[in-house]
Amino acid sequence: MALTKEQIAQRIARELKDGFYVNLGIGIPTLVANYIPEGINVVLQSENGLLGMGPFPFEGEEDPDLINAGKQTITTVPGSAFFDSAMSFGMIRAGKVDLTVLGAMEVSEEGDIANWKIPGKMVKGMGGAMDLVASAKNIIVAMMHSNPKGESKLLPRCTLPLTGVKCVKKIITDMAVLDVTDKGFKLLERAPGVSVDDIKARTSGKLIIEGDIPEIQF
Amino acid sequence: MNKVVADANEAIHDIQDGAILMLGGFGLCGIPEKCIAALVAKGVMQLTCISNNAGIDDFGVGLMLRQKQVKKMISSYVGENAEFERQLLSGELEVELIPQGTLATRCMAAGYGMPAVYTPAGVGTEVAEGKEVRHFNGKDYLLEYAFQADFAIVKAWKGDTDGNLIYKETARNFNPLMAMAGKTTIAEVEELVPAGKLDPDAIHTPGIYVHRIFQGTGYEKRIEQKTVRKKHP
Repeated sequence: MALTKEQIAQRIARELKDGFYVNLGIGIPTLVANYIPEGINVVLQSENGLLGMGPFPFEGEEDPDLINAGKQTITTVPGSAFFDSAMSFGMIRAGKVDLTVLGAMEVSEEGDIANWKIPGKMVKGMGGAMDLVASAKNIIVAMMHSNPKGESKLLPRCTLPLTGVKCVKKIITDMAVLDVTDKGFKLLERAPGVSVDDIKARTSGKLIIEGDIPEIQF
Repeated sequence: MNKVVADANEAIHDIQDGAILMLGGFGLCGIPEKCIAALVAKGVMQLTCISNNAGIDDFGVGLMLRQKQVKKMISSYVGENAEFERQLLSGELEVELIPQGTLATRCMAAGYGMPAVYTPAGVGTEVAEGKEVRHFNGKDYLLEYAFQADFAIVKAWKGDTDGNLIYKETARNFNPLMAMAGKTTIAEVEELVPAGKLDPDAIHTPGIYVHRIFQGTGYEKRIEQKTVRKKHP
C-alpha cells in the first residue's frame, strides 16, 4: 500500500529534531506540522515574515493580517516574531533555518529540483523556493513517486526548468524514503507492502539498493 | 513639511503612463488597496509593477491587470490570478519572475543606497541567464541590481503626520522595504495620528522615507484562503 499524503507527512515529521527552525512549503509539507513528535519543539518559519507559526484559527477568529506563505489564515504561538521579507530571506540565506521541506515536480539523481514552471503550460513562479533551496542546510522533498501520467518523478536529469541544483538531500514519496547521494538515489525504507521491485520499476534515475530495505513502521 | 494628503486620488495624482511602481503586500495581505483603486479609476496605462504577487482576478493588482494597465510585472509568484496567466501565455503582458528573496533584497538594496547585491538564489537555473556569477567562499552567487522605482506605494497599520510607519503582523512583508526604495513613497494607513503619538521605539519605517501619507477608510482586507479549525466541545 502506497502511503497517503498524511502518512508521507507523518514520516517526514520523524526527521525533526528538538530546537529545529523549519520552513514547510505548500501542499504535503504543510501537513508535517500536524505530526510533530511528542517532546520535540520546533519553530515554524513562514517566509512572508513570521517565526512561530501556529495552527489555523477557530472559525470566526481569522485575521486578514495574519497569513502564511500559502496565503492561508493562521495563528501564532507564544514566542513568535514578525519581520519583513528581506530579513526573512536573510535568515534563510544565512543558514539559520535548519530544515526546509518542499514539494517537487521532478528531482534528479544529483539532487537537482524542478518545481516552478512547465513551459507553455503553467507559469506560477518560483516564490521563495529558489532562495530556500539555494541556502537551506537540509532539504527534504515530499512528493508522489510518479506524476499523474504514471511517469517517474525521480530522474537521471530533470526535464523541467530547474529551481536549484545539487541541493536535495532526502526524498520521501508515497513509495519510499531515499537519500540523494553522489552515486544516485539510495533506497532507505519502503512503504508497507510496496516491494523493492515496485520501487525499481517506478524510479528512472539511478537507484542504489544495499541489503534488506525495511518497511516504514506506523 | 506637509506630507499629509487628503486621499488616494491626491496621493497618486502625478503618476503618469509608463511609470515604474512598487506595490507592497504579500498575496492580498498588506496591499495598498485604496491607491490601487485610485490607479484603476485614473486609468494610467503602460505601468511596470514590482509586486510580489499579482492579486486575484477581482482584487488587488488583478484589478489593474483586468484593465490592461500593466505593461510589465516583476513578481515572484502569480499562481492565483487566471487573467494574469492568460495575458502571460498569450504574450500580452511582459513578466519577469524572480525569486522572492531576490525581490525583497533588490528593494532593500535600493533603500540602503547599494547598487547591487550577490545572492545564491537561482544559480544554475534560467534566472541566472545573462547575470554575472561570482564565487565566494566555495559557493556561486548571482549579481542582482537594486530596483529603481518612480513610486513606492505601501500600506501600514499606523502612521503619523511625519510619515513614520508601523505595520501589523504579516501585513509587514515587502512594505517597509519598498517604502525605502521609491523615488517618491506613498503610504496609506488605517490610522493616522499627529507626530509624537507613536512610540519612537516601535517605528518600522522612519518618516524620512515617506513623502505622502493618508488615512484610508473602509478597508476590505480580503482573505485569499480562509482556513480554520473546529472548536472541540
